[in-house]
Amino acid sequence: MSSLKKVFVDPIFKNNPVGLQILGICSALAVTSKLETVIAMSIAVIIITGLSSFSISLIRKHIPSTIRIIVQMTVIASLVIVTDQLLKAFFFEISKSMSVYVGLIITNCILMGRAEGFALSNPPFRSFIDGLGNGVGYSVILLFVGVIRELLGSGALLGHQILPLASEGGWYVPNGMMVLAPSAFFLIAIFIWIVRTLDKSQIEEE
Amino acid sequence: MQNNDSVKKTVLVATLLCLFCSIIVSLAAVKLKPLQVENKIFDVKVKLLVAAGLATPESSKEDVLSAYENINPVLVELDSGDIVDDFGFDLKKSLKDSNLSSRIEKDNDFASILFRAKHAKVFIVKDGDSVGQYIFPIYGKGLWSTMYAFLALSSDFKKVLGVGFYDHGETPGLGGEIENAKWQKSWINKDVYSDELNLLLTVIKGKVDYSEPTNVHQIDGLSGATLTTVGVDRTIKFWLGENGFLPFIKKQLEGGM
Repeated sequence: MSSLKKVFVDPIFKNNPVGLQILGICSALAVTSKLETVIAMSIAVIIITGLSSFSISLIRKHIPSTIRIIVQMTVIASLVIVTDQLLKAFFFEISKSMSVYVGLIITNCILMGRAEGFALSNPPFRSFIDGLGNGVGYSVILLFVGVIRELLGSGALLGHQILPLASEGGWYVPNGMMVLAPSAFFLIAIFIWIVRTLDKSQIEEE
Repeated sequence: MQNNDSVKKTVLVATLLCLFCSIIVSLAAVKLKPLQVENKIFDVKVKLLVAAGLATPESSKEDVLSAYENINPVLVELDSGDIVDDFGFDLKKSLKDSNLSSRIEKDNDFASILFRAKHAKVFIVKDGDSVGQYIFPIYGKGLWSTMYAFLALSSDFKKVLGVGFYDHGETPGLGGEIENAKWQKSWINKDVYSDELNLLLTVIKGKVDYSEPTNVHQIDGLSGATLTTVGVDRTIKFWLGENGFLPFIKKQLEGGM
């Protein structure tokens, strides 16, 4: 059991997919300007990484190695499309705020990375937990970046004004860079810096 | 792990997987379609009511549907300004059909939309037995994208009663501020036309100077988004002008007198 727990907890800080493996950066830039989309995206990614690792692991003994990447892609793409359709039908507001980014989960390298690196060689339940853990690890970064970007970029959190804006009579002049994608680069770099200062084993050897 | 890489097995796995996935994906798409369409239609209704100030984005579904009962959508032939029978008007279909749309002359194409459908849906909001307000759908090019909005005018077409931009792809935080509720509120009660029906309403660059008498028909530009602001201004100019709803507005005013 403790090893299962390790499979789940490790990817959150010790072996974070964005922080250490540097996967999934693209979408971390795109959806983090507002906390609301971050939360929706996080939930979607956690569910999809879990399920895709699970289903790929289920059929791992039958996947011919020559077409394994395409098989993984097909499974992931199907899951993402179904999720997108479900969101549009039952959570329309959320799907609107995430627009094309739901579809872009397909291109999230974390999914392929975990399928290839873990699910192909581990039993279904273990892979499922690994998928969830990596999804949560990704979400931690997204939340970190999302909170800072929305707070500094729009002076708000989840749409509630926290810092009164200068344009509306307050004192806070929003940082325009924070609403643009490149700011996420700086924030992710700062996150990686902090984590690696606390846990020196993550520093790569030169 | 025996012989997974044989041609036979590879083809078999690929076929089965594709079959399985395609069935699941198509089932989801087909079964959920009615719900999705309903959501979309409902969403447009909410936008319309919000622009008219008859609902807020937080209103419950029942409130929205009951408020929508006061709205009478009519189809207007833009050139003549007449109300015509609805033949199942669909903006996208009309724009593809050369009989139902026409190219706008370059000099008149303020909103940079190239083609205009011959018809447009106008929403007449009833206030008891009389007309409370008119809601016009407008759209035009901003900096990056086409911006779609509803513009609500008072029954004498003198005042703006509300505006709601609901679809665009402008830069978040800059041009994207056309969604800002506070900015949209600043439109309310601005003058639209002079007594001779010359368009007065305009979005200016920078802040409105409230010491000038012109402030009653000027709207603040969005800071850091000059091109979006220009786009909004030109969109108003097009849709409230001769090629837009002006013929309809004139007819309505004549009829009312």
